[in-house]
Amino acid sequence: MTKKTKSLSLNFGPQHPAAHGVLRLILELDGEVVEKADPHIGLLHRGTEKLIEQKTYTQALPYFDRLDYVAPMNQEHAFALAAEKLLNVEVPIRAKYIRVIFCEIGRILSHILNVTTQALDVGALTPSLWGFEERETLMTFYERASGSRLHANYFRTGGVHKDIPLKLIEDIEKFCRSFPKIIDDLEGLLTDNRIFKQRNVEIGIVSKQEALDHSFSGVMLRGSGVPWDLRRSQPYEVYKDLDFKIPIGKNGDCYDRYLCRIEEMRESVKIILQCINKLPKGPVKSIDNKISPPNRDEIKESMEALIHHFKLFTEGYRVPKGNVYTAVEAPKGEFGVYLISDGSSKPYRCKIRAPGFSHLQAMDYLIRGHMLADVPAVLGSLDIVFGEVDR
Amino acid sequence: MISKLQNLEKLINSELSSKIQSSSINNGELLIGINEKDLIDVVQFLKLNENCKFKQLIDIAGVDYPENDKRFELIYLFLSHENNTRIKLLIKFEINQIINSITKIFPSANWMEREVFDMYGVKFKNHPDLRRILTDYGFKGHPLRKDFPLTGFNEVRYSEKEKKVIYEPVKLEQNYRNFDFESPWEGTNYIKEVKNLGKDDKKN
Repeated sequence: MTKKTKSLSLNFGPQHPAAHGVLRLILELDGEVVEKADPHIGLLHRGTEKLIEQKTYTQALPYFDRLDYVAPMNQEHAFALAAEKLLNVEVPIRAKYIRVIFCEIGRILSHILNVTTQALDVGALTPSLWGFEERETLMTFYERASGSRLHANYFRTGGVHKDIPLKLIEDIEKFCRSFPKIIDDLEGLLTDNRIFKQRNVEIGIVSKQEALDHSFSGVMLRGSGVPWDLRRSQPYEVYKDLDFKIPIGKNGDCYDRYLCRIEEMRESVKIILQCINKLPKGPVKSIDNKISPPNRDEIKESMEALIHHFKLFTEGYRVPKGNVYTAVEAPKGEFGVYLISDGSSKPYRCKIRAPGFSHLQAMDYLIRGHMLADVPAVLGSLDIVFGEVDR
Repeated sequence: MISKLQNLEKLINSELSSKIQSSSINNGELLIGINEKDLIDVVQFLKLNENCKFKQLIDIAGVDYPENDKRFELIYLFLSHENNTRIKLLIKFEINQIINSITKIFPSANWMEREVFDMYGVKFKNHPDLRRILTDYGFKGHPLRKDFPLTGFNEVRYSEKEKKVIYEPVKLEQNYRNFDFESPWEGTNYIKEVKNLGKDDKKN
């Protein structure tokens, strides 16, 4: 005799601590096995792309902080690069190094959050307490450079807003010396932890081919053994001159992705140290007065500087007609900006390519046949932040 | 890098000559314009051809030009890991045209097409699940069209009377102000126009 079974649909979220934000997931369950997952996104949709069309290029930049809000400057970077490509501006070498330093700080920020909260989702509390202390230190670096901990608004077309103080560079260096010890501690808690491994090994396996088909990028792609990192393959800024390794996973499961993230943090520390050693002196933003605003004291004395200042903060600068796509290797994967300019001082269209969008899309395929308890583990290893998924 | 793109451009032009409407390399990026009817064929070619191998769809971007006859544009961004190149594919079409879905070739196109549908109201043929994705349940209109107001039509608030969240038409204390800072002196071609006028006058 066969017994008829009915699948149960379960509503997960939108307010669920393991959903990493506002994700509504409709799960169809057969007993405890997930048969189908239908993610409902858009609960944090703010219309960033529409808003950007109404703002000048300078005003549009802060919106990028609010996308992936755990690594704000990486997003700003993509937009700044897009505008620079259209304008054809030269970025001073010091600014390039400063940008790389803060992008790598962003990467560490994001990876700490992801690794520790993933551990939290599968039952380990301590890593997040240790990790968040370090995040706090890193955010004070953000604050000392830009004035705010999270929404930095620090990058500009043609460079960065202000030079960083000497003491800050020393402190970042000190942090880089001590941080690998913290990574060791985190690894000590997790890497060989039996429970952590039971929850992550061979969960959410992605093969090479499937990673490509589902438009995966970043750690999701590298975890499956595809050696692809935009910093290496399509180098921007000064990544060409820096020496770093690209960790690659073997099995493409949640555990490998965790290991990749840990290794990437170590590589980021190395990159920052190299940048600090090589950091040259010089200007930190383009010397083209039509693009970067003049200094405060200049405005007091020079009529021309005053005019430039006024023009830049009312009309903004005009960007030549054209369309470009620029991508950076953000902590979560390939973050891209497709920018169309109609020759005015406001973008005609700015399409934001968020890595998390394609990753979350694959949720249904990743979770099929897994147990309900694996949902948070897979979700955690996808590294989803709803700011960028919903835009 | 540029020569690689030029070779690729030549290759695509010779292999697909009848289907290519335009091709250009600007800012180090290759843009290919095609007819929307050939979309499936061209995408298939780009993915499978030995010299192209664009195995990854990066994104689909919609653009709205309300003043054009062919109002909408879709730009498909592809990436080839093997050759380390990117390509942009452009199609233009009118407001009521239905576009072929490429979900069969690239599964990841699913949500990207849903997003275009949501934001621009472009419909896709053979799409497995064409629903809205980013906007609210029961949302009306297509927000990224240029004629959609920035403030939207509805706003939500919690009603103490009804004890639930209700939708109301947007009421602004102050109208949305969009200052026009565009300089009338820079970048315009007054002088040209004056010259042209002068010539016309003489003729008359």
